[in-house]
Amino acid sequence: MDSRDWIRDGARAVAGGLLAVPLAVVNIPLFAFFVVGLVLTPVLGIGLLLFPLMTLLIRARADVARRLAAGRGVTIVRPYRPRPDGVVFGSLRYYQWLVTDPATWRDVAWLLPGALAGLVLGVLSLALPAYGIEGILLIPLWIWLGTDSYGYGMFWPIETIGEGFLSLPQGALILSIGIAAAPYLRRFDALFNRLFLAPTRAAELRMRVSRLTATRADTVDAQAAELRRIERDLHDGAQARLVALGMTIGLAEEIVDADPATARKLLAEARESSTAALVELRHLVRGIHPPVLAERGLEGAVRALAMALPMPVTVTTELPGRLDTPVESAAYFAVAEALANAIRHSAAGNGAVELWHTGETLVMRISDDGRGGADPSRGTGLDGIERRLAAFDGTMSLSSPPGGPTVVTMELPCVLSSPKTLPSSGTG
Amino acid sequence: MRVVLAEDLALLRDGLTRLLEAFEFTVVAAVDNGPSLLPALLEHRPDVAVVDVRLPPTFTDEGLQAAIEARQKIPGMPVLVLSQHVEPLYARELLTDRAGGVGYLLKDRVANVAQFVDSVRRVAGGGTAMDPEVVSQLLARHSSPLSGLTTRERDVLELMAEGRSNGAIAAKLFVGEKAVSKHISSIFTKLGLPPSDDDHRRVLAVLTYLNA
Repeated sequence: MDSRDWIRDGARAVAGGLLAVPLAVVNIPLFAFFVVGLVLTPVLGIGLLLFPLMTLLIRARADVARRLAAGRGVTIVRPYRPRPDGVVFGSLRYYQWLVTDPATWRDVAWLLPGALAGLVLGVLSLALPAYGIEGILLIPLWIWLGTDSYGYGMFWPIETIGEGFLSLPQGALILSIGIAAAPYLRRFDALFNRLFLAPTRAAELRMRVSRLTATRADTVDAQAAELRRIERDLHDGAQARLVALGMTIGLAEEIVDADPATARKLLAEARESSTAALVELRHLVRGIHPPVLAERGLEGAVRALAMALPMPVTVTTELPGRLDTPVESAAYFAVAEALANAIRHSAAGNGAVELWHTGETLVMRISDDGRGGADPSRGTGLDGIERRLAAFDGTMSLSSPPGGPTVVTMELPCVLSSPKTLPSSGTG
Repeated sequence: MRVVLAEDLALLRDGLTRLLEAFEFTVVAAVDNGPSLLPALLEHRPDVAVVDVRLPPTFTDEGLQAAIEARQKIPGMPVLVLSQHVEPLYARELLTDRAGGVGYLLKDRVANVAQFVDSVRRVAGGGTAMDPEVVSQLLARHSSPLSGLTTRERDVLELMAEGRSNGAIAAKLFVGEKAVSKHISSIFTKLGLPPSDDDHRRVLAVLTYLNA
């Protein structure tokens, strides 16, 4: 960090301290009205409105603290339970939802200590630079205000003009200490807030469970839909063709003595029909689990895929082993989908796929030199990738400024098995 | 002609044996797994090997690997590789030694018996039999350099890349052999390939170009 960054960061932290003071003060009425709301619940029923209102305001205040902490590199995850469906503000169940959430009480417990810490640390991060500035400006202030009985730093009171001038270097030193200390004070404040505002271990687990439940439901839905599609394709395609095939051969058998010429024609027809059935089955198999993926793993399959694309795609890989079959399949289809998107939408001339493994995570980066401007909220392609990866706790991020280039980075936590020892079933 | 056959499904192994023997091939060995394929090839040194890509015990691409290895040990040993699916990637690997006598076909092609037997004979004779599906995938990748070709030249190129002789191309396109060789020399000029009279070498040149 060069000195300009250092000063900018310090100044920002001092400004943060300036903000922290009024924010800390806000905590006090929040606490007071919360207590009133709680107490009035049985008496007048006002609490049914006031208590939730105050809780929501406190949550908003806590969110501000979380956002400020994030600015200082301290991540504080929101711990709140999701609102049950169909529960409206003012109802008893709304009240229950808030009152039974331990995070509500942890927020309240934070209000006063948080205010105190915010106030002390905020004042401290303001006072040091302020005092430093005073020292720097002491001589001009003297001249302007005309006071002479004044002390600064090491000298109380200042007795000689020499001591007076020494306030300038002292002030400069204190100002730099203040600026240097301010970011640490902010960070300390953030860490203090995290003690109260971060989810407890139990809450963290609860959130993970609900995320897993959601991704599992997505996965199950997607798989059920996939199975339905396969069933329909088989039923209308290969199965129907085999029925027709049997019929044609049976017919040929019947007439082979009486009319060998027609029988031969029927047999040729039967052969063509068997070829068509095979073509359909091959397409279907490719969609379920590409054979080259079973044979060569992710690396080979992605290379084979790149060769079949109408756009030149360079493939760089660093995978010392093979992945578990389900992960491999998810990774392959994610790469395939990302490349298909690039070809469909980017108007790119070149593409690149990079695959590597960090020891814990498979990283897949797909880039193109197209026009950029891809938006994951539009179009189902990128959305589909995200869902596919979510089933394995994978993530996707997209960088696509207008004018390109577009870079899709996908990460899948997984382990590698030793090279080429994975048996799979089926036949080529 | 002596054949070594590698196919794990008994139904197909017996069917292929019956088919080949009906056309005066002798199946000297029919193996059903990857590890015993290479020793069989080295022991029998067949006139042609017909090999399934995917074999036990790993059910990956053992057949292909064994075929490539055998050709390293016995350069130019004719190998016809069969598979339920075709990949230009595998075709490239088979063609890298540039020795000829290579075939790579979908299993479906067995249904057209006459054509299949012709392919086996062609490979045994040092020629090439490339599946139309591979060829069309290769052509799709090269749409820009190939856009200079006429439609007829593209048709000729496609059939040539499959490994067919001038005569066979002529018959298929209902033109004379002279016209075919004229088209071929025009294709070679347009793609900047060195001219060659040898049929097999010509095919390899085209496939190498398309596979690059």
